[in-house]
Parts: sequence; C-alpha cells; structure tokens
Amino acid sequence: MPIKFPFSRRAGPSDAWTKCPACDAQVFNRQLERSARVCPGCGHHFRMSIGERIDLLLDPGSFEERDAGLEAIDRLGFHDERPYDHRLEASRVKTGLRDALVWGVARIDGQRVAIAIFDFRFMGGSMGSVVGEKLARCFETALAERIPAIVVSASGGARMQEGTLSLMQLAKTTAPLARLDRAGVPFIAVLTDPTTGGVLASFASLGDVIVAEPRALIGFAGARVASDTVGEELPDGFQTAEFLLEHGFVDMVVPRPELRVTLARLLRLLPVAADDGQEAAALGERPWGPLGALSGFAERLGGAVSETIGIEVDTEVAGNGGPATAGTTAAAPSATRSPDEPEADR
Amino acid sequence: MTGTTTRVEATPPTAEAIEAAWQRVQLARHPQRPRTLDLVPHMFTEFTELHGDRAFGDDAAVVGGPALLEGRPVMVIGHQKGSDTESNILRNFGSPHPEGFRKAQRLMRLAEKLGLPVITFLDTAGAFPGPAAEERGQAEAIASSIKLMTGLQVPIVVIVLGEGGSGGALAIGVGDAVLALENAVYSVISPEGCASILWRSREEARTAAAAMRMTAADQLDLGVVDAVVAEPGEGAHTDHAATARTLRAAILSALRRLTSLEAEELLASRYARLRGIGAYLDTGAGATHPVEPPSLGRRIGRMLRLPGVPRRPRWSEIWPSDGGEDENERGA
Repeated sequence: MPIKFPFSRRAGPSDAWTKCPACDAQVFNRQLERSARVCPGCGHHFRMSIGERIDLLLDPGSFEERDAGLEAIDRLGFHDERPYDHRLEASRVKTGLRDALVWGVARIDGQRVAIAIFDFRFMGGSMGSVVGEKLARCFETALAERIPAIVVSASGGARMQEGTLSLMQLAKTTAPLARLDRAGVPFIAVLTDPTTGGVLASFASLGDVIVAEPRALIGFAGARVASDTVGEELPDGFQTAEFLLEHGFVDMVVPRPELRVTLARLLRLLPVAADDGQEAAALGERPWGPLGALSGFAERLGGAVSETIGIEVDTEVAGNGGPATAGTTAAAPSATRSPDEPEADR
Repeated sequence: MTGTTTRVEATPPTAEAIEAAWQRVQLARHPQRPRTLDLVPHMFTEFTELHGDRAFGDDAAVVGGPALLEGRPVMVIGHQKGSDTESNILRNFGSPHPEGFRKAQRLMRLAEKLGLPVITFLDTAGAFPGPAAEERGQAEAIASSIKLMTGLQVPIVVIVLGEGGSGGALAIGVGDAVLALENAVYSVISPEGCASILWRSREEARTAAAAMRMTAADQLDLGVVDAVVAEPGEGAHTDHAATARTLRAAILSALRRLTSLEAEELLASRYARLRGIGAYLDTGAGATHPVEPPSLGRRIGRMLRLPGVPRRPRWSEIWPSDGGEDENERGA
C-alpha cells in the first residue's frame, strides 16, 4: 500500500513511499519506477501496469494497440454482492483500461512481434470473453503476419462473472496455438505474479518457451485450496516460479532487468520458420546445414549457379524442405508433452 | 454468437431461480446417476479399457479405450466417479490428476492415428487441486489436452453426463458436437468455490449456482452446448438403460453428420465453433492512445530538447501502476 508523504509539496505518486512486502523496507515510489518496480533492497518484484510493461519490454514508440474498442457484456446478468457491470466500471476507473488485457504489434530490438499484456488490477486480470477474444486475435495476427507471439500474463484465471463463456476462452485461446505450431510461428509465454487457474491451464502453459519472473506465484489451484485438500502445510516455495523451474514446467526464471534482452535473444534464436526457401533467401537468412552456405551463394547468383553446376540447391531447399524443415522444428517444438518428473510423491 | 448484444439487467437471483438451479446440481451429483462405465455397456460392445499415461502412472478418475458402436470402432474416454465410498476413493471422486489427462491425450492420439471418432463423457467436480497434482503439472496437462483436441483430425462428440466442472471437464470436452443430459450442469468453477470467493461464504453455493447459470438449458442458450438430451422419468438415475438408449441415438446422429466431413472441414468448423463463443461488444473505438508519426520539425525539436516541443508520453504515464484514480487517466 502506498503511503502518502504528509509534508510533500508536490502531489502524485512520485512522492509516496511503498512498503516492500518481502523485506519491509520503505521504498520511494520514484526509486521504484527507476528500478522497473524491483525492490532495491531485496529484489522483490512488484506488479506492473501495462504501460510500465510496454516501456520495459518494447522499442520506444513501436507499440500500436489493436482492438482497443472491445468491451465486456454482462451476458449472464451476473449479480453477486454487486452487479458485474459495477465491478467492470470500478476496474475501468481504477486502471484506465477497458478490460484486463491490451494487445498490439510492436518491436523488440527491431524484431516485430504480436504482444498481449495483462493488468492484474482489472478484476484480478481475469479472462472473460474480451480477454479471450483479444488473445485469439493476437495469435491469429501472429499467424497471418508470420511474426512471433508473446503474452505477458498476470491473472487469477477465468472470470467467474461470465460463467462457462469464460471457461470456453481456455479453448478459444488455445486453438490458434495449434495453428501456430503447424505454421512454424513461435510463441513465448512470460509468466508474472500471479498466473493461476484457467490462464495457466491454457495458453500460458503452452509457450514454446516459458519465461517466469522471480518468486512469481504460478499454480493451477489456489495454495489455500491445495493445502485444505491434503490438510497439511505446503512445502516452502510451493507454486513459485522457482518451484515450476525445478519441476520442469518453465524454461527459465529471469529477473526483470534482464527480461527485455532475454526476449530479444530468444526472438533471434527462435525465428519464424521460413514459409519456403525463397522467402528465407530473400530475407538474407541462410538455412542451417551443410547446404546452407552453398544455397546462400547460389541465391546471390540468382539461381544461375544451380543450372550451371548442375546441383539443384534451390529445389532442395524449397521442395524437399530439408534445411527449412529443420528450422520449423527448432522454432516450434511440439508443446504437448511435458517431461515427467520422477520424484513426485503419491 | 460473436458480439452478442443482449444486455441483461443484473439482479440477484430470485428464490425460485436458486431452488431450480440447486435441484439440477443435486440431480447432476446424484449418487445413483449413471457414470461413464455404467453407460458404456449399454451403448457400445467390446469396450476394452486401456491404462496408463506411459509417463507416470494410471489414473482411475479417467477411463478410456476402444469400443464398437454399431459395429464400428470408436475411442471412448470419460471421467469416472465412484458409486460408494470404496470406489470413490479408488476413483478420487472423479477428480483427475495430470496422468489422467495425459492418458486421455495418449488415447486421442491413438484414435487420430487409426481414424477412430472420439466420444468423451464429462463427469467431474474438477481437476484435483492437491500438491502432487501441481508438482506434476496439472495446468500443463489440461492445457495440452485442450490444444490436442482443437487440432485432432478425427470427429469428437462430447457428452456432459453429470458435473462439467471447470478446466478438468474442458480438458476432455473440446468437440465438434457437444451434448448435455437434461440434468447435467457445466460451470467455470464449482458453486462452492464461486461462493467462497465472491460471497466469501460457502453457504451461498446455491445462490452462486443460480448466478452462474450452469444448467444444461442455460448452456444451450449460451452456445456452449449444441443440444440437450432428455432424461427418462425423474432423471437419469432412475433408468440407466433408457438414458443410454437416447444418448446412443444422439451420438449416432452427430457422428453421421461429422464423419461425412473431410478432416479439413471438420477442423475449420471446430475452430469456428470455439471462436464464436463469448459475449462482447466491439465499440469500434480506436487505439486508446494512437501513435502518430511526429513531424520532422517535432522530431528535431525533441532531439534538441527545444522548449515548447512536448516529448512523447511514456506508456507508463498513460497506464501507470500507481494511482490511476484520476478521471483523466481513463481510456477513451
């Protein structure tokens, strides 16, 4: 909770302190902003707004928001202690967002990506019809434009106020990922605090690469539910990013200051698979393999070489798809199987 | 279904609505309600159960294997609850661990390899939430199962038998035709779970059940299921054989339609079906903060930091993490 500094002359959050929940230190909000909302004392990662994520991860001025006009509808006429409409309005006022997710096209280190970002403060980052629709459109754009997709998640799960319509968003957001696999377009999931429930049980667990922020809460069921179920204390660090790393469900835990360079590196290492050999050559990319250098040379001579020397470099690359297929497998490994871990207790 | 625009004025559920919804929940949870393995002998011949996920173990909360339907082989997969304390302990009350979903995936891949239609039966309160399930990747198991089903190259018919509980149900519940028994329920979270979060009291489970609109008829209205199958007499628990007969007829009619489709058509229509579910409004509003390319003069001005040339706002100023209560921070 931010505490206003009473003797401040200037208004605004910059003059407030925030108490670090991990080490109890009082941190200047201004200092927190400069350190990407990481506690300078203990390294605790505070949650970020979508705006701060954009500034942190994307090339300045490169983000173009898409589908900004989508708005939730109370299809069920849901009323708990308050009507759903009132909860939506309160979140809109609090965050300045229409719903819990913003997506758009941007660049990271010059590389074009389709990126979607959650804001946990909007009804717990919950996924209803709008969030599901935006994610599906984000993935479909990645597919159509053949650019990598990235999702930065911070969500409690499916939005209860939309009932099974929310549940179906698990399938709606997952279906395009199967298409990305076939098309050879990579998808990187960035899991931040917290990523739980239906969001983890759909696209967030299906990244070709899954990156998590340190100490982020990541799990299927709430820790309290899990603890009640077995009626015992949970192991220390249960459902943290580090716990998932240890059990083989995330690829790496990356501190926030290194997140941007890590994503940029992954994008370079896992490029979109070539549509065909010609396109790869046009982009100046050499297919991997012994023929790579040769075919690159052949391309530069406009294919004349293959006719003259009599080796069919071009057809080999484009037709049989030897090297090009190697690229496909590297970029989009089947994410359906997970390594089993042997030490699980049962 | 895309962009459904019906606005419903939200009011708390009436006493009658609560009573009606809870009655359905209780019928869906009835101890004598037919489970997957109760119906299978009435609907198929030569059902042969296969076991194990080939990675960790076998989960008795999910059953499956090939069987003959009108003499043709199909792959049957379903949640399996018990009928008494002993069998419920064996079946973990029908709440699968990750290996249950991975066994289902294995059987679906086998069905795809051999071109067998897949028929799944949903009847679970939800995926098991215990620590062991978390350690073995419950969320990943559900997610990869959903993904596999969205792209499986054979017809899939899904039947919501009793409780369609959240992700644990959907993990084997993506299909080309989704049918629900009349007294089945389908929900994003159990009514007890919903009540304890939104009402902060499990006592309000009945109210939550009504608010979530989880009955089969509601699901038909929402477009989540395609058809509701009538139950005999007072409910399916009164006559398993009759329930199986009507269900079998419904499955056969769905399969007749689906098996006539080419794999590509099948996948396209399955994708379109999922894409269409949801209720939202496209206000057509442009980007909250459009990026206009600055003029050359402005760019030079910014570079030289000339007075009077406003710098481009950072996104963190547009959507900050602190504050944001101010009216002028709201999106347009």
